[in-house]
Amino acid sequence: MITIHLSMDSAAVAVGAEAVAATILAETKSRSIDVTLVRTGSRGMHWLEPLVEIDVGDGRKAFGPISPDDVPSLFEGNFNSSHPTALGSVDEIEFFADQQRMIFSRCGITDPISLLDYGQHGGFEGLKAASKMSASEIVDAVMTSGLRGRGGAAFPAGIKWKTVLSAEADQKYIVCNADEGDSGTFADRMIMEGDPFLLIEGMIIAGLGVEASKGYIYLRSEYPVAQRVLTRAIEIARTDGLLGEAFDIEVFMGAGAYICGEETSLLESLEGKRGQVRAKPPLPALEGLNGRPTLVHNVISLCSVPSILAEGGQWYRDLGMGRSTGTMPFQLAGNIKRGGLFEAPFGVTLHDLVHKYGGGTLSGRPVRAVQVGGPLGAYLPASMLDTPMDYEAFQKIGAGVGHGGIVVFDDTVDLAAQAKYAFDFCAIESCGKCTPCRIGAVRGSEVMAKVMKGEDNVANLALVEDLCEVMEDGSLCAMGGMTPIPVMSAMKHFREDFISEEESK
Amino acid sequence: MTLHKNEDFGTPEARSSESVTLEVDGNSVSVPKGTSLMRAAKEAGISIPKLCATDSVEAFGSCRMCLVEVEGKNGTPSSCTTPAQDGMVVKTQTDRLAKLRRGVMELYISDHPLDCLTCPTNGDCELQDMAGAVGLRDVRYGYAGENHLDLKKDESTPYFTYDPSKCIVCSRCVRACDEVQGTLALTIEGRGFSSRVATGAEDFFNSECVSCGACVQACPTATLSENSLIEHGVPERSVETTCAYCGVGCSFKAELKGDQVIRMMPSKDGKANHGHSCVKGRFAFGYASHKDRITKPMIRDTIDAPWQEVSWDDAIAFAAKRLKATQAKYGKKSIGGITSSRCTNEEVWLVQKMIRAAFGNNNVDTCARVCHSPTGYGLKQTFGTSAGTQDFDSVEEADVIMVIGSNPTDAHPVFASQMKKRLREGAKLIVIDPRKIDLVRSPHIEAAHHLPLQPGTNVAVINALAHVIVSEELIDEGFVAERCESDAFEDWKSFILDPVNSPESVAEIAGIDAEEIRAAARLYAGAGNAAIYYGLGVTEHSQGSTMVMGMANLTMLTGNIGRRGVGLNPMRGQNNVQGSCDMGSFPHEFSGYRPVSDETVRTGFQEAWGVELDGEPGFRIPNMFDEACADNFMGIYVQGEDIAQSDPNIQHVEAALKNMECVIVQDLFLNETARFAHVFLPGTSFLEKDGTFINAERRLGRVRKVMKPKTGMEEWEVTAELSKAMGYPMPYESAAEIMDEIAALTPTFAGVSFERLDTGGSIQWPCNEAAPDGTPVMHVDEFVRGKGLFVVTEYIPTEEKTNRKFPLILTTGRILSQYNVGAQTRRTENNQWMEKDVLEIHSSDAEARGIREGDWISIRSRKGETTLAAMISDRMTPGVVYTTFHHPESGTNVITTELSDWATSCPEYKVTAVQVAPANHKSEWQRHYEETAALHTKIAPFGGEAAE
Repeated sequence: MITIHLSMDSAAVAVGAEAVAATILAETKSRSIDVTLVRTGSRGMHWLEPLVEIDVGDGRKAFGPISPDDVPSLFEGNFNSSHPTALGSVDEIEFFADQQRMIFSRCGITDPISLLDYGQHGGFEGLKAASKMSASEIVDAVMTSGLRGRGGAAFPAGIKWKTVLSAEADQKYIVCNADEGDSGTFADRMIMEGDPFLLIEGMIIAGLGVEASKGYIYLRSEYPVAQRVLTRAIEIARTDGLLGEAFDIEVFMGAGAYICGEETSLLESLEGKRGQVRAKPPLPALEGLNGRPTLVHNVISLCSVPSILAEGGQWYRDLGMGRSTGTMPFQLAGNIKRGGLFEAPFGVTLHDLVHKYGGGTLSGRPVRAVQVGGPLGAYLPASMLDTPMDYEAFQKIGAGVGHGGIVVFDDTVDLAAQAKYAFDFCAIESCGKCTPCRIGAVRGSEVMAKVMKGEDNVANLALVEDLCEVMEDGSLCAMGGMTPIPVMSAMKHFREDFISEEESK
Repeated sequence: MTLHKNEDFGTPEARSSESVTLEVDGNSVSVPKGTSLMRAAKEAGISIPKLCATDSVEAFGSCRMCLVEVEGKNGTPSSCTTPAQDGMVVKTQTDRLAKLRRGVMELYISDHPLDCLTCPTNGDCELQDMAGAVGLRDVRYGYAGENHLDLKKDESTPYFTYDPSKCIVCSRCVRACDEVQGTLALTIEGRGFSSRVATGAEDFFNSECVSCGACVQACPTATLSENSLIEHGVPERSVETTCAYCGVGCSFKAELKGDQVIRMMPSKDGKANHGHSCVKGRFAFGYASHKDRITKPMIRDTIDAPWQEVSWDDAIAFAAKRLKATQAKYGKKSIGGITSSRCTNEEVWLVQKMIRAAFGNNNVDTCARVCHSPTGYGLKQTFGTSAGTQDFDSVEEADVIMVIGSNPTDAHPVFASQMKKRLREGAKLIVIDPRKIDLVRSPHIEAAHHLPLQPGTNVAVINALAHVIVSEELIDEGFVAERCESDAFEDWKSFILDPVNSPESVAEIAGIDAEEIRAAARLYAGAGNAAIYYGLGVTEHSQGSTMVMGMANLTMLTGNIGRRGVGLNPMRGQNNVQGSCDMGSFPHEFSGYRPVSDETVRTGFQEAWGVELDGEPGFRIPNMFDEACADNFMGIYVQGEDIAQSDPNIQHVEAALKNMECVIVQDLFLNETARFAHVFLPGTSFLEKDGTFINAERRLGRVRKVMKPKTGMEEWEVTAELSKAMGYPMPYESAAEIMDEIAALTPTFAGVSFERLDTGGSIQWPCNEAAPDGTPVMHVDEFVRGKGLFVVTEYIPTEEKTNRKFPLILTTGRILSQYNVGAQTRRTENNQWMEKDVLEIHSSDAEARGIREGDWISIRSRKGETTLAAMISDRMTPGVVYTTFHHPESGTNVITTELSDWATSCPEYKVTAVQVAPANHKSEWQRHYEETAALHTKIAPFGGEAAE
């Protein structure tokens, strides 16, 4: 019996996995051989997708990237290692081998909607442990672990859990923020498509920890595959009794708004209203969904929870560096040779991620800038890549780890255009409630256009700086508040793109 | 915007018994816990620049002007959204903040028209003020960037204009519509820079907007401006007065240029309305200067002759002569009068005094006869006084609200907004009404129970509710034992347990579900605080008084009386109907509801007035008509009331008036009653009056002149002159003097005077030694009569029955934009919302008769017939049709009957058996009405010939 594993992850599909799947099925039929095709999540090595892993009885062997044309020859050669696409075992690929996969341990290996697979591959250990603990013991474990919000804010998760647990209310909620809107990020998507039970387990444990009986997954509308997979997984979980009256989960679809990744806009949208930012206080932990105490967490944060409960908070705390504990799935994207997901404890340097594992640029040209943390992240010059991936270390250099997205640019990038793009992005995605963001983004874009034309650069750059100050200090939320980060970092580290030496005088 | 920039604290008051102390710019200030930094600063006398904050709505945090620095905290939080905490040290003005504010303002102005000098709110614009306050000098972005300057105005709604080019997207209008008015008609459409205020329909007029003006008031710029402001400019002075429309009695500042009212701005400290208003009070004041306004007295010998303008002296002399002649011919009791429930207490006092002292009889009545007289009877019997038991604010503490036969969103809109706010906070709602009124299901509100009972079955249903409470042992035993007469209770208890009062029996009669009755009863009885609000759907029935007593029984049974959040609340309709009743406009009662037959009381009045007074009760209004047709009542003085449009069974009213020999009408316009009048004494609008009104809360509010009477005489002066000509002089110098007399002769008003009201604001009676500051909640320690009285309320169906000939039931009421007989509102732009009365009919009834939307249909009862346009409406239950009576040509009261409440003769407007069918012509009454219309309004100018 031959088993062929092929990803149905959106990234793999985007590069032709479905056509490959169809060809494989056609081949097996025409050759009348006993082959099982298992669709899995992605291994997270995008340059190798569509990746197939074939097990003829002696372990999984990887081949990729596969196109439909490669399929016949694969079958011809009996899937042996002389095929030009043969890669050997995934575990031997450096990009993969150097990772420490805790969250993504099953992703790409198991059938995402097989409860059996999940249980056999270490799933439910966290829930088993949590079921024997009191709510405050669960919260203590999370506090000890030092887990910080993986959505971008890096707020200590344990404090949020404690706040929600201590709040008295007739109903509490767990809300999973699956509106992964940052450019260059896909970790949330990957895990929802590849190992949905992990998220479900994490949410159930959270429900136990803060005494909430209902959970929502706010999923961005641009993730239809994740919607399908999650919905199916939830149905299976219900049938199995994992979900039900004590705790149930519902998937709620967003509608194309980046701002709904901000927790208060998300809650507004979940309540059926305009996705408009709410002022804080009150904190969602006390007055969140429908005015009730709500634990809002990013997908990866919730997916980190089962390990913490299974292995203990201290074990988690010992991973990483300083106050950046545990592992982070770094996402490599942009102009990069080897893009994909690299899960490792905090501490690996940006340089290693970009060059050692990422292989530098796809174009082969020198790396000029790297933007970390999404569209509101700082642009870092090549000289600053030696920074370890650590929340505090990044803060020190005026940047942020954010959700872990890393976008690489080669030397053809124009940072003035990127700065303008930062304003453009803000203008498109702004909810419109506060003035600095609503009007500021548009004006910023207009002024940057003038700068790019060379009009009155000294005055206009000074104006951009003033505008950035207004937006940073005055905005209601991080949308407007962090737009100055890419702008100012571009201006600081790549000033030559903005103004010539003579003009500056 | 408002002329007199009331102190705006930025965010609403926090209600907490705990207090916090902090320092703002070096000033120490203590505020209730939960107060925002912005409000705390204001309390310390410091105004933080703001645009999106205003204290009528919750903090929003969008403009980012109000940023402050807090010691020990990073960043610059907005002071409106930050709660004050003990020990905080706040700075509101620093270099950093100044730069930020200027930066924000620079962004605003980069997308704003620069036409300040020609803008309607020049001098009255918060954006202007803030630009000045932050010292904006320069918009470095220039003006060539993206902007909204080309957006078109929305001028669809009659009273205000929406100019999106000036909008700063502060959302104050949206929040006002959400939080204050509760209609939720506005939203922000579009995202980011393209955000604009929108209604969800193509324009304001076609949207759910009810034109209450809260958005216009909240708007800090010219974006939403009153049309009168745009036309005339910013007002220069203001006079505080009380609205002359409904029984909510909103306080307003009339803002004027000279004696022209530019706009009516609701008073923030108005205790009935707290700074809110409706379309009528705020915008529909134009009738006071309408061309139809009669300003000169007129007389005529017969009602077929044209009117002749004459001098005041001649008119008074003519009237007095006629009245005296009538008395000489037909007897002392052959003349009388009807006082207005729209005129001031002082004006009404003089009319009832004139009738008693000058005419020498008790033939005085008021329109409460046809609306809330059963309230008077019912509450007097059970509690000991005819008055609503709470103030409006009491609804804020209600847990369960039961609305019976009242449609507050249409008839008492400002109070309805307050009620809706409480419902959105979580209070539960029970609605008992044959129609699915708006309140049953509206944004964020859904009635827990709607009992759409058959008209006429009120008493059966209230008995069923009580039956459930008693049989399921939900009685508040402690309250009943301590506060109510035990014998009467026992009698009533055995009566109510009779199976005929069970939900199962009643369900059949009333056409509603028995389980719903049970559930509603349990909800009411189980609430911490349950309050009942009721209207004419209770009183205008043959068992109106019985029903009032039935509801009173329910409140006593469950202990829901005598404190805040509970009570029995009659929704008095007119602006001064409460006052008119309080003033003794009753054939059987002096002021304060004391019987004319009571010798002690009567002697007191005799002594004060220096004349002997009749001890026998006089005619009620329905009696007046009956007696007129029998040649016993032949002269009448009608003050501000249009009986020929508003009373039922119009043919009878017309016959009565026609038969009289002296009909005197005192009013603003030639109305239906004036068709049959011999003397027309022009009256004054509320803008020309000095006096007081009493609203549904028993609250006395001051009415102040903004202009001299257009007629040249105060209305009370006219009555005094007539009284003098009849032989009883009334030498008052001012309206204040009249109130002094009222206070001296009416124990519940003993502490009232103009001075007291002018210095201390409005007061709820009783206001006397026992209650020097007035009385918000009544029957607190004991009932006015001592112990509460349970009264047996057996259900007796009305005589008005449906049969094959008249299979449907007609019930009548009112809508938001028109007011009662429409005398005022028909003479304003409010006609744009409703030009004609229509008949609302359920689709199944319409289909069965081949009637489609807009078709002319004839409605026929055993009394008469009229023709109206049809409106298919799913808020009706099958078998029940509904119309209003705002337009005289509708002839609505041609078909209503002579049936009335057994105790008070309040007409049974709410139950008329009718048949409805497609029609192709107007009814005979309507044709006759149209033909004779012109004839009755011909006026000959002073000394001249009659014009066409």
